[in-house]
Amino acid sequence: MSLMVSAIGQGLLWAVLGVGLFLTFRILDFADMTVEGTFPLGAATAVAAISNGMNPILATLLAFIAGAAAGLITGLLYTKGHIPILLAGILVMTACYSVNLRIMSGRSNVSLLGKETLFKSHFLASLPHYFDSVVLGAGVMIIVTTLVIYFLQTELGQGFIATGDNQTMARSLGINTDNMKIMGLMVSNGLIAFGGALVAQNNGYADVNMGIGIIVIALASIIIGEVAFGDLTLNQRLVAVTLGSILYRFVLLIVLKLGFNATDLNLVSSVVLALCMMLPVFKNVLNFKHILKRGLDTND
Amino acid sequence: MTKPLLELKDVVLKVNRNTPEEIMILDHLNLTINAGDFITVLGSNGAGKSTLFNAIGGDLSIDSGQILLNGKDIAHESVEKRTRFLARVFQDPKLGTAPRMNVAENLLLAESRGQHRGLRPRHLNKQLDRYRELTATMHNGLDSRLTTATGNLSGGQRQALSFLMATLKRPEILLLDEHTAALDPQTSQDLMHLTNERVQQEKLTCLMITHHLEDALTYGNRLIVLHHGQVTFDVAGEAKAALTTEKLYSFFADIE
Repeated sequence: MSLMVSAIGQGLLWAVLGVGLFLTFRILDFADMTVEGTFPLGAATAVAAISNGMNPILATLLAFIAGAAAGLITGLLYTKGHIPILLAGILVMTACYSVNLRIMSGRSNVSLLGKETLFKSHFLASLPHYFDSVVLGAGVMIIVTTLVIYFLQTELGQGFIATGDNQTMARSLGINTDNMKIMGLMVSNGLIAFGGALVAQNNGYADVNMGIGIIVIALASIIIGEVAFGDLTLNQRLVAVTLGSILYRFVLLIVLKLGFNATDLNLVSSVVLALCMMLPVFKNVLNFKHILKRGLDTND
Repeated sequence: MTKPLLELKDVVLKVNRNTPEEIMILDHLNLTINAGDFITVLGSNGAGKSTLFNAIGGDLSIDSGQILLNGKDIAHESVEKRTRFLARVFQDPKLGTAPRMNVAENLLLAESRGQHRGLRPRHLNKQLDRYRELTATMHNGLDSRLTTATGNLSGGQRQALSFLMATLKRPEILLLDEHTAALDPQTSQDLMHLTNERVQQEKLTCLMITHHLEDALTYGNRLIVLHHGQVTFDVAGEAKAALTTEKLYSFFADIE
């Protein structure tokens, strides 16, 4: 039971990565590698700030700003420097590695042992084991998802969606597509760094290597959510990301129960994601829908 | 009484600048467009028709010359800024609409063409009745598909929607780049009729590129021919009305 609660808590805490990546991967329609650097950047920023006596809430918000700054650089390289987005992301991600080590004073791992964190607040600390991350994660996801949904329904948000959907049209309607892409990269990486700050406080440390495979984890919550819930509106899909993130944690739990090591998880994550992304192909080949329908049809 | 709305003076536009392959696409082109002109633009491939549109729209920057809107030089304004007075419909139906957004959302986007977009809620539902009436004027079933993603519409419906979007917020200048060329003959003719109707009704100033000599003769009050980056033929009013396809063919044979 406690394992289930733990999985739900982890799913909720990590879900903010999915929502962040959704803005670039699904709406602007490109894969932003920067996130592999901004996740540990957020963690390092928050841990360093807390270690220096900053209030954990402010430290977490500072992580958001650091991530947004990294996103700004990727955005400028991409739009003004005309560097392909994949390479621009990899450049900033690589640069982040050095920056993260600087922030952590040259150490590859910095502990928060004995320091204040969001999880040590009076209320969260009074909850049963693992429920702290469930409550904090759920609270964060309700706020973040609501804000993103509200934003996408504004005039600016509609221009943002149009930019990812049809750039030529967006420009011909007077939408500054460069600014939209920069804004998307900033908010997206801000959210990813924010997630890094949450995870670091939950784990009790920041590690310079904690960014490896982050894009796969974030993509997994998006794709699993979509595969599990099928045809959804844009707003529903954003909510599905959180559920996808929780489902993904259950998958990991099962994999660990099967006897795999924690170090195998990156391999497993990639395989799960690859399988989910190939589902449409399998569906055509195996005629899944037909089989499923037949199985449910009483008149058959 | 007619005053020039848009003037192109001595406009030069080159591609592959400063390379051995440098080509002058617009060669000291001069064109004066009066308010209310409906100009059909003819010319062979490579004559510079699309480049002319891209120069007016700002997608391509000109090397020398002036582009004056109501006397003010706009040659160095960005594409985004020019959309305040300019609307375009492209040849490719895919270029004019956002495929994953629905018909109503596309119309709403077009309604604030060239305007500041802020963090105000979009208020789409308030507009639905108006959009339904508006799309009904296209007589092609768009009004019953307001919540359909435009990617699922037919090419004809998408192009009609693109045209509607371009005229929703009245543009000072409307550029139609072979906007019926990708459609089947019947749909193409329907859209051409609608285009003419709306341009007349709203007294729009419009440039329309076409390869259909009949369309070029039937529609508009003025006809120009581009050749090697210059306006080589320019007729309006009765002189245009007196033109026939035979005369145009022989004219084209002469300049080649």
